[in-house]
Amino acid sequence: MKVPFSWLKEFVDIDISAEQLQDKLFSCGFEVEELVYLGRDVENVAVGRVLSCEKHPDADRLTVCEVDCGERGKKQIVTAATNVFAGALVPVALDGATVLHEGGVQKIKTGKLRGVVSEGMFCSGAELGITEDFYPGAEVDGILILKEEDAKEGGDIRPVVGIDDYIFDIAVTANRPDCQSVFGMAREVAAVLQKPLKAPSFSHGAAKTAVKIPVEVKEPALCPRYIGHYVKDVKVGTSPLWMRRRLALCGIRGISDIVDITNYVLLELGQPMHAFDRNYLHGDKIIVRRAEEGEKITTLDEKEFTLHRENLLICDAERPVALAGVMGGLNSEIKPETTEVFFEAASFARDSVRKTARALGQRSDSSARFEKGVEPIWSPEHGMERALHLVEELGCGTVTAYGADVMSAPAEKKIVKTSYAALDGVLGISVPKEETRGILTRLGFEVEEKGEEFSAAVPAWRNDVEGFPDLAEEVIRMYGYEHIVPTFLKRAAVTRGGLTPAQKQELKFKQTLSNEGYFEACNYSFYSPKDFDLLRLPEGAPERNAVKILNPISEELSVMRTVLAPSMLANIVRNVRRGNESGRLFELANVYSPAVGEQLPAERKKVVLGLWGEGDFFDLKGAVEAAGEAFGLKFGFARGEYPFLHPGISATVTLGDAEVGFIGELHPAIAAELALERRACLAELDYAAISAQFAAEIDYQGLPKFPDASRDLAVVVSEETTCAAVEACILHACKAVKRAELFDVYRDARLGAGKKSMAFRLTFAAGEKALDANALDGYFNKIVGNLKHNLGAELR
Amino acid sequence: MDLEENLEENIEEEKIVAEAARAAETAEDSRALYEVKMQYLGRSGKVTSLMQHMKKLAQELRPTFGKRVNDLRARLEAMFAELDARAKEREMAKKLAAESVDVTMPGRKLSHGALHPVTIVKNRLIDIFAGMGFEVFEGPEIENDYYNFTALNTPADHPARDMQDTFYVQGGLLRTQTSAGQIRLMEKKKPPIKMLSPGRVFRSDDDATHSPMFHQMEGLVVDRGITLCDLQGMLDEFVKAMFSETSKTRLRPSYFPFTEPSVEVDVSCHACGGKGCALCKGTGWIEVLGAGVVNRRVLENCGVDPDEYSGFAFGMGIERIAMLKYGINNIKLLTENDVRFLEQFKD
Repeated sequence: MKVPFSWLKEFVDIDISAEQLQDKLFSCGFEVEELVYLGRDVENVAVGRVLSCEKHPDADRLTVCEVDCGERGKKQIVTAATNVFAGALVPVALDGATVLHEGGVQKIKTGKLRGVVSEGMFCSGAELGITEDFYPGAEVDGILILKEEDAKEGGDIRPVVGIDDYIFDIAVTANRPDCQSVFGMAREVAAVLQKPLKAPSFSHGAAKTAVKIPVEVKEPALCPRYIGHYVKDVKVGTSPLWMRRRLALCGIRGISDIVDITNYVLLELGQPMHAFDRNYLHGDKIIVRRAEEGEKITTLDEKEFTLHRENLLICDAERPVALAGVMGGLNSEIKPETTEVFFEAASFARDSVRKTARALGQRSDSSARFEKGVEPIWSPEHGMERALHLVEELGCGTVTAYGADVMSAPAEKKIVKTSYAALDGVLGISVPKEETRGILTRLGFEVEEKGEEFSAAVPAWRNDVEGFPDLAEEVIRMYGYEHIVPTFLKRAAVTRGGLTPAQKQELKFKQTLSNEGYFEACNYSFYSPKDFDLLRLPEGAPERNAVKILNPISEELSVMRTVLAPSMLANIVRNVRRGNESGRLFELANVYSPAVGEQLPAERKKVVLGLWGEGDFFDLKGAVEAAGEAFGLKFGFARGEYPFLHPGISATVTLGDAEVGFIGELHPAIAAELALERRACLAELDYAAISAQFAAEIDYQGLPKFPDASRDLAVVVSEETTCAAVEACILHACKAVKRAELFDVYRDARLGAGKKSMAFRLTFAAGEKALDANALDGYFNKIVGNLKHNLGAELR
Repeated sequence: MDLEENLEENIEEEKIVAEAARAAETAEDSRALYEVKMQYLGRSGKVTSLMQHMKKLAQELRPTFGKRVNDLRARLEAMFAELDARAKEREMAKKLAAESVDVTMPGRKLSHGALHPVTIVKNRLIDIFAGMGFEVFEGPEIENDYYNFTALNTPADHPARDMQDTFYVQGGLLRTQTSAGQIRLMEKKKPPIKMLSPGRVFRSDDDATHSPMFHQMEGLVVDRGITLCDLQGMLDEFVKAMFSETSKTRLRPSYFPFTEPSVEVDVSCHACGGKGCALCKGTGWIEVLGAGVVNRRVLENCGVDPDEYSGFAFGMGIERIAMLKYGINNIKLLTENDVRFLEQFKD
């Protein structure tokens, strides 16, 4: 929120710099996101009086002026402007000055124009960065001509045109809607500087009138307060410079005095106001009600909206005249010829305004304030009084005695009963009682002390304060957080910390993959439904049954992942496009499946591995096997078909009887579609399923008495015979075989067509006695026999 | 050779030794040398056969003859031993020369991967707080409105809901904060509680400095007599362990619906030590987390008596901590998964 320093000073005698105030605000909970000195780009620009104007000897369009810049001396300025005359007071950018020019900052130096020295430049309003609201004539085409009463020769131009000022852009937290105004911030400034707060004037007259404009609130929950007031004899004009400047400092353009007053009150007190032209309030009545389904309104900015029941309307006897809290209707707007005004100062439920503003995409300064919360007690009352005061101050109308006030909100003050000890119990330090009392009082609380206890009546504008912890916060933010003395859980019990066994296993699983050369990736939990198409998943594939985000940022990020592979594929493509020709990645993350009944959507951990460039299917398979072995698991692999994997290089991964995932090389057609020129392999495992099988305890076995023995076996089998089949046959044939590991596959014409030789290293475990050659021969022969019988294998 | 012919007296020792030495000289290596040695000293070697022939001699000649043969054997053994040692030395030198490698050639290594920086920082955080007695509790990523907002004192019309743009799904929402875990844990477990809740969170925000998904770590302590002083004391310990031994914290007022008082916690800039630099934008302080004393309503919502127990909570963005710690300047790098980025985090 933008707060001009000069405006704050109207309410508090601030005797510190803007920078110092910024620090003070920061320490009491208001971060100044930006502190801007408005005159920062206008340096060394003085007021000058034009003494004479002569035609340039060599240029028809140029004028040579002699200018008196007071203490800064007499200067010769050459100008192309045509509105400068002898005797005029003008801004003069002297040698070394900076001014604004076409959105940037321009430096002015003494130079020659067509042979004649110019010791600077006259400035237009644009070059000073101001609009008509800062100074009349600022937007005319030409040099800014200053008024006699405003300026003196040699003076700095900045105070003259209202830019010798700072704007505080303050971040106000959601609990402090009362600070969404200059006066609201002034309260805080007064409290933190321990200075008196000077309230603006609220007084006004009450002329007799026979006019009555009764107000009926049909939705008290959505409109806890509605104050209206009737002003007659209105003459719409232009508001004074001081008012327009302040509006301009906060980014609002002057429109007309009546409208400017409503905006001024919004900025000053945080109370959104509206002014209706009474002559267009049919039936002299105000009704606050919900819109009928399909009802229409055209707002001030000439946009037409079709409404729903959730939209709150301000209506006259016949039709809507304003979208409550958002914007007035075009049909009752203030016009130059308006003669009677009905002012509105109300409190609308923040949720209602927010929904309407968002649903219609129609937001305003009013709706922004209401969305944050405008309390129904202090704000509307003072907002109205202030507006009526300003009507009189500006002389733009006669305030009558007629006002309507409908309130459903409870009027009594909230009282917090507590003790000093309770506050200290929150903070952990003991704040002196007089400090506590002083701080609360300065913040508007009425404190009544009874020994160690006290009660604090909460000021009407502080809707956020509910109990003693809130008071503790008020005290400490003003007393200063630097008074907190760090302690380390003085009184807390000892607890046992750390990861659960499952969390430790997950970390170990990740570390195992990392040790296998895989880098952990992290992807968004959502992707595009097109990702399912990329995987060529058929209609009705279970993966397509995804949790959909109802309000996604984009289609690209609109479904929750059911399978991690598309993210991995995207990672591989991105890496290859960036010239990373080879790499290995994994990601362990949740996938989600839609809610069943009252349950939340289910989450299940999966792990995906990806490899591209160097390495192939068996490298990836090795990593999968290693990850299993780290937990005592042995995965099974059987040929499996997946629409996104190479049909000849793809497998289903099993654990016991259960399918737990897939592994394979990316289908070349998909690789081509992605313009992926490197080979890529993917594996995805159901981490939840495999982690359930992780060995819970270490299962220690005593060492064997006798060493293992090993022998190599090469058999010639048919091409279709799988490694797994041979291995299973060997293990089945002889219980003494601990391991049968394939170490070579050999193909040769001499073996015969469709034949291959597979060489295994067999490891035999010794039992109660050492393995001798005879025993090994026996085992070996039995194995060979079985292989021949079951698989037609011949010893090579 | 005439040894056997002159059994009686003509053992020409000098001749035999010289002959053996000549034969040994022709041996190329220690193996050939061994063969030569065996010709003299082996089971059927020349010296051995002399001994066998001794029994043909007259009884009185035998001792003298035996001593001479034994002396000869000893001489030859010593000679062969010396030659063998020399041959082995030569062979070793030759082997070493042949095996010499270019030590500047690249080494062979198992190429390790690495954990993601977010995981590394998360583990580090868990490590620090686990040592202080915090257990780790992971709640669901898809939450319902109650746990994510209402129980955290953020009812439906609360403006704080606007602070976090929420993704909604059928039947729930994507949690916007790991604070949701506070409620789930407190419903299950009674104080004393020291809990960390790390995990993914989601907000409908996607620009240069925001990701729609990031990670948070929530911390919660509930016990008797917990105060704001305890909060700062613990956070002081945390920043020392996370950033540097000289790190300090600064509290300043803020607002969260589920804590009262609420604070933003700044840590003294580890890059400049608080003097002011580009990282801390000249202030000497860096905002790292939000925290506060647990709102009494939150305790009540979880069935914890706020008159008996109090607590504090803190929450931080893990990406933010990682970016500060490693000097990563763009949050998007953390989800691009470029291997050139990831391979720098071998922790």
